[in-house]
Amino acid sequence: MLIEHPLLGPCDAQEFVYKGDACLIDRPDGMAEGAEAAFYEHVYPRDNPAGLHRELWFHEQGDRSWLVVTRNTRTHEIVKVELARDFARARGRGR
Amino acid sequence: MRYSGFRVLKEALTGHKGWQPVWRDPEPQAEYDFVIVGGGGHGLATAYYLAKEFRQSRIAVLEKGWIGGGNVGRNTTIIRSNYLLEGNQPFYEFSLKLWEGLEQDFNYNAMVSQRGILNLFHSDAQRDAYIRRGNAMILHGADAELLSPAQVRRAYPFLDFDNARFPIKGGLAQRRGGTVRHDAVAWGYARGADRRGVDILQNCEVTGFRIAQGRCLGVETSRGFIGAGKVGVAVAGYSSHVMAMAGLRLPIESHVLQAFVSEGLKPVLPGVITFGAGHFYCSQSDKGGLVFGGDIDGYNSYAQRGNLPVIEDVVEGGMALFPGLGRARLLRMWGGVMDMSMDGSPIIDRTDIDGLYFNGGWCYGGFKATPASGWCFAHLLATDAPHATAVAYRFDRFRRGAMIDEKGVGAQPNLH
Ligand SMILES: Cc1cc2nc3c(=O)[nH]c(=O)nc-3n(C[C@H](O)[C@H](O)[C@H](O)COP(=O)(O)OP(=O)(O)OC[C@H]3O[C@@H](n4cnc5c(N)ncnc54)[C@H](O)[C@@H]3O)c2cc1C
Repeated sequence: MLIEHPLLGPCDAQEFVYKGDACLIDRPDGMAEGAEAAFYEHVYPRDNPAGLHRELWFHEQGDRSWLVVTRNTRTHEIVKVELARDFARARGRGR
Repeated sequence: MRYSGFRVLKEALTGHKGWQPVWRDPEPQAEYDFVIVGGGGHGLATAYYLAKEFRQSRIAVLEKGWIGGGNVGRNTTIIRSNYLLEGNQPFYEFSLKLWEGLEQDFNYNAMVSQRGILNLFHSDAQRDAYIRRGNAMILHGADAELLSPAQVRRAYPFLDFDNARFPIKGGLAQRRGGTVRHDAVAWGYARGADRRGVDILQNCEVTGFRIAQGRCLGVETSRGFIGAGKVGVAVAGYSSHVMAMAGLRLPIESHVLQAFVSEGLKPVLPGVITFGAGHFYCSQSDKGGLVFGGDIDGYNSYAQRGNLPVIEDVVEGGMALFPGLGRARLLRMWGGVMDMSMDGSPIIDRTDIDGLYFNGGWCYGGFKATPASGWCFAHLLATDAPHATAVAYRFDRFRRGAMIDEKGVGAQPNLH
């Protein structure tokens, strides 16, 4: 698989480490009310769709950036690649 | 029709005209007491034991394709009960005991071959961990034996014992482990279930659940609505997909695992061997092919095919352990979709919806579990109580922090 890195162009997926569903970006606040239940939801259940899936890939053997890749789990076709930083900011994260 | 030596002889002398299809192809009825979704090993075994051991009737197995087309016919056929943890070992030992009597029980030749499995170790720390696991197995009534390098060498003289990085320092053997002809398991259970009146409905895909007031009334299928007293779902890699139709989100990801088989060779490998320093395991089929595999591809996938980097990784592991492998040509390879749970252990439990039960999260080790999984799921469906060996396989263990994490890697389904 080739991942179209937003900064580096096409890279072999082998240079990356797969880190799972991009929902992991939305880490709950450990100090908030109901944190235990929120962390259960964060850590264990997954949508695991047969179709488009947004997922984290870490460019460990490259520029060490984190990407959010939108990929079809039925065909392995990649339809979108973003920097995880941009993705998180668009969801209202400050850093 | 019962199978026997006499029967084979008689058919041989009369031109094999007397063999008949071994299960019916019935039309779906409007309603059953038990509807099992998924005609893999686990679904068929569940139906078989429901009918045979728990004396239930009006049972159907719904399969979207043909039975045995899923992982039950795609795995590398290894059976064993060499687990470490309390929640797992009694269950897998129960399964191995059922394998030992299975062919007599369902009167079908599944080629159960207890040729032994040998987990090789390559460092002192790994030896200590394997000794601990062997002791845990023995405490649970299974068999385990520590082999010295000399003993390993006697059985497998061609392995790379003095490899500079991963010398073979011995192995943990389970002599009762081995291999089974995988699709014969599906056929044997299907035939046994059919003979006890179970309807096996192929080309019958479940497309939804009919749920009213928190109760599951039946399933929508490509062959129309089928009402059910109880619905048991055992769809392996499609677990999340199917249970999402009932509004449930599971602690499971689907990943693809590949398997490989070489051209047929004369007998070289007497048992099953596993490499302890990389992910590679190998056995030789009765047709002579070397059957081997390794890691999952590592990212969510519902495609029943893998990619090249994992092939390279598996073959590298194979060459490090077993250099002669390089002389054999690869004949075929394929992939199956695995239901990787967050702690690497399965779930056999009811759901929050009355009448809807779930069996899944088998990762890449569910073939060996087939008989016990079927038995325990049938027990749960028939009695509404978990079987004694499956009490730990509950949905709520993740919420309670009571994970059964053999590998100790945490909530990383692609590492189990
Ligand atoms: C390459 C590979 C190697 C493996 N090696 C081993 C091994 O050596 N030892 C071991 O113990 N385990 C091994 N496994 C794991 C083992 O094969 C599985 O854990 C086990 O087979 C899963 O249970 P099953 O047989 O019921 O699954 P399956 O045979 O996959 O059955 C599930 C069935 O559900 C059907 N289904 C899905 N959705 C629907 C729907 N909506 N409606 C109706 N039906 C549906 C599917 O078509 C399928 O037939 C391996 C797996 C693979 C892929």
